[in-house]
Formats: sequence, C-alpha cells, structure tokens
Amino acid sequence: MTVTDDRPTAVLGSRLLRKEDPALLTGEAKFANDLNIPGALHLALVRSPYAHAHIKKVDTSAATASPGVVAVYTGAEAQSLWASPMPSAWPVTADMKNPPHYPLAVGKVNYVGDAVACVLANSETAARDAAELVDVDYEPLPAVVDLEDALSDRVVIHADAGTNKCYTWDLKIEGTPGQVDEAFKSAAYTVKGRYVQQRLIPAAMEPRALVAVPQPFGGDITLYSATQIPHILKVMVSLTLGIPEHQMRVVAPAVGGGFGSKLDVYAEELLAVALARKHGTPVRWNETRSEAAVATIQGRGQIQHVELAADASGKLTAVRIRLLADMGGYLQLITPGIPLLGAFLYAGVYDLPHAYDFSCTGVFTNLTPTDAYRGAGRPEATYAIERAMDQLADEMGIDPMELRKRNFIAKEQFPYTAFTGLVYDSGDHLAAAEKAAALADYDGVRARQKTQNVPGAKKLLGIGQASYFEMCGLAPSRVLASLNYGAGGWEAATVRVLPTNKVQVVTGTSPHGQGHETAWSMIVAEKLGVPVEDVDVLHSDTAISPLGLDTYGSRSLPVGGVAIAMSCDKIIEKAKRIAAHQLEANEDDIEFAGGTFSVKGSPDKVLPLAAVAFAAFTAHNLPDGLEPNLEAHTTYDPPNFSWPFGTHICTVEVDVETGKVDVLQYVAVDDCGNQVNPLIVEGQVHGGVVQGLAQALYEDAVYDSDGNMRTATLAEYLVPAASDVPSLTLGHTVTPSPTNQLGVKGIGEAGTIGAAPTVINAIVDALSSLGVRDISMPASPQTVWNAIRNAQGASK
Amino acid sequence: MKIRVTVNGTVHESEVEPRTLLVHYVREVVGLTGTNIGCDTSSCGACTLHLDGEAVKSCTMLAVQADGASITTIEGLAKGGEMHPMQKAFMENHGLQCGYCTPGMVMAATSLLQENPNPTEEEVRIGLEGNLCRCTGYHNIVKSVLACAAAK
Repeated sequence: MTVTDDRPTAVLGSRLLRKEDPALLTGEAKFANDLNIPGALHLALVRSPYAHAHIKKVDTSAATASPGVVAVYTGAEAQSLWASPMPSAWPVTADMKNPPHYPLAVGKVNYVGDAVACVLANSETAARDAAELVDVDYEPLPAVVDLEDALSDRVVIHADAGTNKCYTWDLKIEGTPGQVDEAFKSAAYTVKGRYVQQRLIPAAMEPRALVAVPQPFGGDITLYSATQIPHILKVMVSLTLGIPEHQMRVVAPAVGGGFGSKLDVYAEELLAVALARKHGTPVRWNETRSEAAVATIQGRGQIQHVELAADASGKLTAVRIRLLADMGGYLQLITPGIPLLGAFLYAGVYDLPHAYDFSCTGVFTNLTPTDAYRGAGRPEATYAIERAMDQLADEMGIDPMELRKRNFIAKEQFPYTAFTGLVYDSGDHLAAAEKAAALADYDGVRARQKTQNVPGAKKLLGIGQASYFEMCGLAPSRVLASLNYGAGGWEAATVRVLPTNKVQVVTGTSPHGQGHETAWSMIVAEKLGVPVEDVDVLHSDTAISPLGLDTYGSRSLPVGGVAIAMSCDKIIEKAKRIAAHQLEANEDDIEFAGGTFSVKGSPDKVLPLAAVAFAAFTAHNLPDGLEPNLEAHTTYDPPNFSWPFGTHICTVEVDVETGKVDVLQYVAVDDCGNQVNPLIVEGQVHGGVVQGLAQALYEDAVYDSDGNMRTATLAEYLVPAASDVPSLTLGHTVTPSPTNQLGVKGIGEAGTIGAAPTVINAIVDALSSLGVRDISMPASPQTVWNAIRNAQGASK
Repeated sequence: MKIRVTVNGTVHESEVEPRTLLVHYVREVVGLTGTNIGCDTSSCGACTLHLDGEAVKSCTMLAVQADGASITTIEGLAKGGEMHPMQKAFMENHGLQCGYCTPGMVMAATSLLQENPNPTEEEVRIGLEGNLCRCTGYHNIVKSVLACAAAK
C-alpha cells in the first residue's frame, strides 16, 4: 500500500461518513419510479390466479375498449416480440431441462402470478383498471407445490420435459474409492438431519420499477430499471429482443435494495422495452408490493438431507448431502445454480478428509421461480452443517463449541487446499470463535443455564453458535466456466485524473445501498493521496460505464474495488514517467507518497500529482511516445475466491408455555480481511444478521395446497420491524486476504449466512432438556410450542 | 374535486380524483417524489409525512381528506441548505443504506421525538414499528434517533 505519512491517519480503515447520504436523506435521489418521463404509457400485467392451468381463451375486448387504453396483448399476440425465450444463463448440467419461458405465457400458466396478458394505457390507474377487464378462461390443472411430490412426477408440469426433475448435479470426492461409505461404516458417531429451507420473499423496500425510453428515429433505447445488474441486463435484453447491443442502454438509478431479487432479467423489463420500441413511446411499470410477492423471484426453497460421520473424538470423517431444490415454475437467470453456490461449503470451516458426497436435484413446482437471495446457496449450506454439528455434539454429549474447536481448520493450515481442490485463502476460525465466546460470555451463560433451566422452569435459556465460511468475490472466470456458468467473474474500473486534479472513477459495480461511492473514493484517496471529496464515482449506466459485471455475491470490493486500486497503480506508474521527465531525474528514482512525487535523495525536487495531471493534460512537455492524460483501465479477473469467515453466538430465552422466543443477545464476530470503512462493514453485518434472524424466526412464503400465495402482503409476510429484533453486538478479527493487494474479502452476505443456524441452535439448546432435538424455520411461537408438546409426548 | 393543501409552505390548489391517495397526490400532482411507496397495505411506512405536524402514512388517506391541511414532506425538512438534526443524525450514525425507507423513517423519527423527546431504546424501537427497513437491521436507525435526542 502507498504510505501516506503526511496525513494523520490512513483513509482506508476510517469510519468516513457516506457521500451518498445527503441526496437520499433529503428526497433528492431519484429512484426509477421517481423519473419524470413525459408521455410515457403505463404497463399493467394480467396475472394468473391459478398455479397450474391451461389457457383456453383470452378475451381482451372489454379491456381494449376501456378508457385510456392504447393496446392489449395476449401471450400469443406478443410472441412476435421475442427473438428467444427469457434467458437462463446457468445450464448446470448438459441434460438440464430448461422449458421455454416467455414474458407472457402461451397456452398454459405454471404459477400464480404467471403473466398471461398486458395492457398499455395512458395512466397507471387506466392500465390497472383495464387489466381487470381482461377475461381469461382457464382450465385448472392439479398443482404441484411440494418438492418431494414434484419428484414423483404424479403431475408433470412441462410436458415436453417429460419430468419435473430439472437436473441432478453430483460432486463426489474420495481420496480412495468407497471412502465415504467406509467412513460411515467405521464411524464412532454418525448423525442425520433433514432440514427445510423455507421459501423467502426478498422484500427489498423498493418494489421493482422501470421505464423504457425509445428513440424511434435514432434507433437507440434506454431502459431505466431498479436492477442490480445493468450490464448483464443490457446483454440479455439485447439477445432476447434481437436489439443490436450497441443501441441498448441500461441505467440503474437510485435502487432501493436488491438482496439478489434484482439480479435477474424479468418479464416486465422485456415487455416494456419491446413495447416501447413497437409503439415508439416510453413505457413504464411499477410493481405493487402484492405483485412482488408472486412476480419477483423468491429465495431458498430446499429440503436438505445431511449426514455426518465422525471418529471417537468428534473429528469429522465424511459428509454426505442430498438436496432437493425448488426451481419454481420456470428457470430465471441463475435459478439452477443457486444451490451449487453452496455445494462446496457443506463441510463448513472444518478440516474434512477427502470424503465428501454431494448431490443436488432441482425440481420444478407450480410456484414462483426461485433465484439468488442474500447468500444464495451459502446460507443454506452453512445452516445444514452448523445444525448437524450441534446434533453431533448432542450425540457425543460434549459442548458444541468444543466440537467445533476440535474440527476447525487451524490458522497454520492456510492457505488450505480443501477436499474440493478450492484453496481457502486465509483464516483463523479459533480466534473468531474465542472472540465471539468472550463477547457473548459463553461460559457465563452456560453457568446461568444450570440454575435457570431446572425442571418446571417456565423460561429456558439457550445459547447457540454458528461458524461460517463465505465463498465470495465471485469469481475466477475459469472456475465459473467449470460450473457451466454463462459469464465470467471479472470486474472493470477506469480511473482518470482530470486536468484540475479531481478524479473520476468509472466502475462496473452497481451499488444499491452498499456505499460504493464512498468506499471506492476512499481506495482512490488512499492510493493517489487526493482528498476523498475530490473523487467522483460513476456507475450503473452502461453508456458511462460500458464494461462491468455488477453487484451481487459480495463481489464488489474484492473484485471491483481491487480493479480500482490496480488502475490507480497504473496511473502512478505513468505519472512517475512524467514526473521524472519534468524533474529531470531517472524514473527509477521517483517516489510517490501523499499525492507528491519526489526524487530519491533530492528532497527539494518534488512535483505534486496536480502538476503532473495538468502536464499530462496540456501535453506540452511529455516524454517521447507517452500519450497525454492520466487515465488507466483495468479488467480484473480474480485468481481465487475470497473466504470471509466468522462466528456468531446468540442467547435466547424461550417461554415454554407460549413458545415465544426472546433473543437476549446476538454477537457477530466477522472477518472480512482488511476493512475499507468499518462503518459500512458494520452496517452490512447488522442488516445481514437481521435478514438471517428473520428467516429463523419470522419469514415464510406460505402457499396452500393449490399453490395460492398466502403471504402476499407485508401485513402477512413478517418482515421484522425494529421492535422485533435486538440490538447487535459486533466484533471482528482481521485476517487479510493474500489474494489481492487490498487484503479484502467482502462482507455483504456474512450476516445472513451466520444468523439462521445460530438462532435455531440457540432455541434447540434452550429446549434440549425437554427432549427437543430440532425446530423448523421459522420458529414461530406455534412451531416452538408444538415442538415442545411433541417432544414431551414422545418422552411419555 | 378541488383541494387546497399547503405543502412545505407553498399553497397548492389542485383538481384530484376522489380515489387519489395522498401519497399519489404528493408525488404526482405536487411533484415531490421524496416520499416513497413501499407497499399496498399501509404496513411499511415508506410514505410517512407530516400532516398538520403529525406523522401519517400518506397511503392511508385520500388526497381530498387533506384539503385545508398543511403537509411537510422529506423535501421540506432541511432548512436554509442545512439538513434537519434528524437527517444529520442518520448520516452520522449510518442509519441508512439504500435510502428507500429513509424519508419515511426520518419523518416518523422526528415525530417520535416531538412526542417523546428522551425515549429509551425500547421506546424508539416500538415507536418506529410502523416503518420497515430491509437494509440496516434497525441497529443504526435506533442509534441515530437516540443520538438526535441526546443532542437536543
């Protein structure tokens, strides 16, 4: 790192307030549905009320005659708009079933919310009113809503596929053939678990919204969309609609949260662009919250069968995983790959021999498609291994913390080549666990349990933990290729020093709450020795930032942030040549620190970056052959994933009579390597933990047996409020990543990954004396109460 | 129907449909888009503004019901180029991330402190339970409100 000794403290690592905030705090920031686009037509979709039905007839006459209506399209009528079906970019196996999926269904609907027709009208209310007048004659079919039932093929959803099985993806690693089976046979202890990852509604506070603005004569078209992925979206919309890519521009304005749900290519985006082109006028669409519950992807949706084998000391000897993953009615952008993002993590943070057997089967159901949701595969994996570790500790009669300590990969083993061949960059699990235990007063809580959890006690105390690895920094492109992922994992960054020594950064990341403008400015300030406020970060517009792979999977800092640092290095290298020329010194003797170039051994010979920038701009006196201006571009493809880790510990009190769980304390110790801005890191952990805690205690996308969504509004789907969650205690350790020059790892999903198993382990711990061995999520009072009653019934 | 509403100190006389919600009036008729819409069941509080000095969810009432009233939206909170102390407290305590719930949250929080200038943490949490945030886990929102109260 550049040493900046002329400033009292380094910029990197400081708790700098965010530059994004004033615009967001004053209403100045513009979200997609704030954009004032004169003359825009409004789009409304007619959605299926049936989970599974043939479309017999669609009568649009009343809708077409409704006031303000410009056009009505059925699925059949819209077919000519598409160059290809909606994209699914992750064919995980060669024989994966990917049934054609169009923005408007043709002939058949496959989930409640599947769109069958759309209306264009001159106001939002006129469009919605008319959509209600579209008369669709459905012939309902039996709905497939249960994963295991889906696998039976009792009812096949996609006739051409011939089965509801989308794919089976296997990963079997054995040092010697039969090692897994042998390990289970000879194990001192084995445990088995069946865990259900309920479906979750991502519920970003901003519903989706978009405006497509065409230039009927110029030929270009701009899509403003509440998306996490303007760059990927541009390519996908171009391909799906047959638009020359250079005429397609995508802008993500201020975006109100994503959590994976805006990492997709949606029917409404394709419809709006297609219809804006066809009608030669802007088209806009705003999602309602209840529409979001069925029309935006959902997260999780897995049944996990977990088996662990261990020797007499509790050391893991083999792991066997069988997953059933719910795809929903169709495949969205990366639906089939989500469970596989966890495929390498079911041994958690433990030193497992080469004895691992993983298999995942994806199945279609008549439910809303699933896709990435905060953590995407990794929270599910962590939940399974961390619940199973507690089961194993219970089986052995030892403390779960002690069991983990016996299994942690030791600090000295890093970089650690895992059984999968993946190299874990750095880590110190024991240190994180011990720090968390100290903050949580682990031993003190265990002592209190002895006095509190006595027979007849009305309130039982429990403490639970989870230790996690987050495989992030997505991703080395070659590794993605080996997983059949349809794109690479690089990130692009341009840094340019303007004539007046202000700095422009163009990034391919696309922030929607993560504070990239602040964090990226800090990286530049640290590297170039300029004030943070002199750096401007441009992003989320494919016309300004043409190259990028966007923001998801905790990748932005370890890939995009590192690309910026590398561009700064190139700027410094070029500037040194100019400085050497101007100072009449040898280039090798030029040093750069704190924004100033100097000549080694000649303290009076100095040139500030500002002077070099201006000289580069005027180009009056540059070394022969050197191009004017200070600008550098980097496309960085990381050589490895980054591996943040940590331990979370939660203390709960469970009311035995009501089943209510009170979270008394939640401690999160996370290690994301070097922290650029601890304020932002803590914010990410806070939000992530509460999202994981919400899965553990509150949230559940509930469907009835006919596939009807029962939790379509925020009155029924329990996104927690401030009064539902505790204050959080955070700690951290710092183990820099050796993979990149900033030593950073990423922190966007860590909280969510750690939280759900931590909370459930705590509840099961509290109730263990009553014979409770597992609790399904969400652990609502009713679920907990039933678990207590069932356990007591069983023990009688 | 014709209504007369004072918004951030300026009188607006407008013709509105009887079914127009107050939030749509503020966003589409007055043109102030800082007040956000996050749900359709009055659950999320993103549309909270002040009506005659009291925090209301502007999706729970019709524009015609605001006839004669005085409204303050998030755009009217900063004075003379200076953010309101609550806005500053949110910035200083990282009480926002994506910023979508923020206008409603700030309006609810200022109203909360008007009613209870020195709340406990629990009172802040309960006082804000009508406003949902998906990014912050509320930790820093609560901290922001307590910091603003302590600074007074």
